[in-house]
Amino acid sequence: MSSDGIKKNELDKQQGKNSRRDFMRKLGLLGVAATTGAATTGFKSEESSSSEYVKVLTSDNKLVEIPKSQVKEVKLDTDALQTRGRIGIEGKRWVMVIDLAKCRNARECVKGCQEHHHLHPYQYHINTLVMQDNPQSAPYNMPKPCMHCDNPPCVSVCPVDATFKRQDGVVLIDNERCIGCRFCMAACPYSVRVFNWEEPFQAQLYKEEPMEYDVEMNVPQKKGTVSKCLFSADCLRDGELPTCVRACPNEVFYFGDQNEDAVTNGTTRETVVLSDLLEKNAGYRLMEELGTKPRVYYLPPKDRVFEAPEKPDNHH
Amino acid sequence: MSGHNIKINKEKLDKVAKDILKPVGFGPGFLTWMSFLTMALLACIYAYVIQYQKGLIVTGMRDMVSWGMYIANFVFFVATALVGMLISGVIGLLGYTWIKPITRIAEIIAVAFAAVAGLVIVSDMGRPERLLNVFIHGRVQSPILWDVTVVTTYLVISTLLYLLPLIPDLAIARGRMQNAPKWMMKLYEILSFKWTHHPKQYKLLFKATRLLIILVIPTAFAIHTVTSWLLAVNSRSGWDSTIFGPYFLTGAFVTGMAAVIIAVFFFRNNYKLRDYLGESLFDKMGKLLEFVCVIYFYFNLNEFVVPAYKMKEFDAIHIHELFLGKHAIMFWFSQIFGLLIPMVVLLWKPFRKPLPLFIISLFVLVSAWLKRYIIVIPTMEHPFLPVQNLPHEWVVYQPTIIETAVTIGSIIMGLMIISVLAKLFPVIPIWEMAEEEEGTKTKII
Repeated sequence: MSSDGIKKNELDKQQGKNSRRDFMRKLGLLGVAATTGAATTGFKSEESSSSEYVKVLTSDNKLVEIPKSQVKEVKLDTDALQTRGRIGIEGKRWVMVIDLAKCRNARECVKGCQEHHHLHPYQYHINTLVMQDNPQSAPYNMPKPCMHCDNPPCVSVCPVDATFKRQDGVVLIDNERCIGCRFCMAACPYSVRVFNWEEPFQAQLYKEEPMEYDVEMNVPQKKGTVSKCLFSADCLRDGELPTCVRACPNEVFYFGDQNEDAVTNGTTRETVVLSDLLEKNAGYRLMEELGTKPRVYYLPPKDRVFEAPEKPDNHH
Repeated sequence: MSGHNIKINKEKLDKVAKDILKPVGFGPGFLTWMSFLTMALLACIYAYVIQYQKGLIVTGMRDMVSWGMYIANFVFFVATALVGMLISGVIGLLGYTWIKPITRIAEIIAVAFAAVAGLVIVSDMGRPERLLNVFIHGRVQSPILWDVTVVTTYLVISTLLYLLPLIPDLAIARGRMQNAPKWMMKLYEILSFKWTHHPKQYKLLFKATRLLIILVIPTAFAIHTVTSWLLAVNSRSGWDSTIFGPYFLTGAFVTGMAAVIIAVFFFRNNYKLRDYLGESLFDKMGKLLEFVCVIYFYFNLNEFVVPAYKMKEFDAIHIHELFLGKHAIMFWFSQIFGLLIPMVVLLWKPFRKPLPLFIISLFVLVSAWLKRYIIVIPTMEHPFLPVQNLPHEWVVYQPTIIETAVTIGSIIMGLMIISVLAKLFPVIPIWEMAEEEEGTKTKII
């Protein structure tokens, strides 16, 4: 079933890319921005006579034209990745909706996530839990990513600004700065953070081919630092949905921009109005009483499409 | 205070100096003890090297219980360090003179435990080499920043409170220690700052010390309150408490008093200082321990009975674990032997005699360590959301040998600092003991 799910998912992904309206702005050209300096000298060169120009957005948000021949893609180094990673994507307020009625505990989100972020099998940026709210109600499955709270306790307690809140709502962790005190893990009421207790899962790979640290993917992972769900911030920058959202075969996840009031289902690629979705289905957030203001909404497990899972072993 | 003139009786000074300076110096017994400690410490450092290389995977901590014995031990060390403030600060400022012989011992404990506390917290870090980030990228919103600031301040004030009253003693000692090695005399010469026992110098010394003991009180309150906030600012059952600050502070007084009594008992017997550390002193210390135990008991009552009465869902899980669950033995041991029994028996004078008080203090100190463990670990074992899809050993905390060794290493380091200071300099203020009784009633220090 799961392999079918993946195939279907991939097909949808192809179609989805074409049919979807401009849900996320492509920012692929940003990489070019760093070449503006070279471009100004380039204007005087003979090649400019070819008169083929392209429009390019500079890093200070000016639209300029430069000769096509001068365009070359720049690989961002760790510093540049960190600078843009800390700012976030302007004008966006990312939000996730999880439909509990549809989760069959396929755990494809977990697998996709662990692969994307190079996690050990025991490390979860997203985990699916079996929940039971009271002894009478039926158990249900609950995917649990980071809530990307608007009032994040983890960010408040961090002594070195290693974990931070971006303007687009995403909470990230900079493992080049993290001192490994794990205060954020103690502070998180949702227990979503994980620690690199030992060498990372892909340590061998990092040794063979060293790579720039991308704070939006938190890869390479680093021993002695905290890691967490990032809403796949690197995918968001490329105009993609987060990995877990795309990996789900069961239409559980919606993801989108609260400013646009639109969320897209990761499986069907159907885009719906966020406020309608939450209103009609009585959407709620986890532990509202703590005042953390999560950016992840849940739709109650009403009219579920699956058999209730076995009773959970709460609190071991 | 300002008009105070120091009167030192020459004859009395000779006897006091002879008695107190006798145990000073690194004899063969001390060297054996230190080499034993050094060897044990090396083994513990080796354990830390393994941890540094392999990562914190060698400890029992995992994603659910992400703070373990190290944090508990840190809280214990900070707690014990507070006794310097209790003795010199609170009791001293109130004008009690019976604390004179034990002020220096209390400061030694304060300095040793505060210094080691800083190292303990570093041993808990995943990336200790990035410690400087706390200063480069420090954020004032984080209680860790507050903790670093106040612990450092407390260490500085305590060190000054140890060194300043030492100045006249070292000047006295220089002329009286013929057999001492040269480097030691050189050190005494430097640290006595050309002291000539001039009344003006004493006046300055009193002023400086008085300022420090006033400063040390808010600083000490701050360090333990902030340490309690490291836990209390997190929304977790067992930590989410508004009385955590005073609860920790009063607990610290109990722990620190026990540590001081143990040290005083040791010096009384091994340094042959019975004349200065007498039975009446133990009686007073016993009464003070009784007093802080009663206050601590009151805070315990509030901390456990109120949530236990309401039994809110997650508080109930926590309380069950402590009262009847797998932490019950440790919990009841620390409450009964570390608090209830001492609190009751200390009401009777025979239990405030040196030996019984020493034994009671041993129980109190061990219980205090266990209590810190009980405060940190059970709360972490029960987060709000169920713990699933994790291997069993990732859910239940069990300290490892390496972790235990690193913790023992911190205790050894504390003992080493205390041992060295107690052999390098006199443990009782000579000049204060030689002072004439009259005119000292209202004097502070």
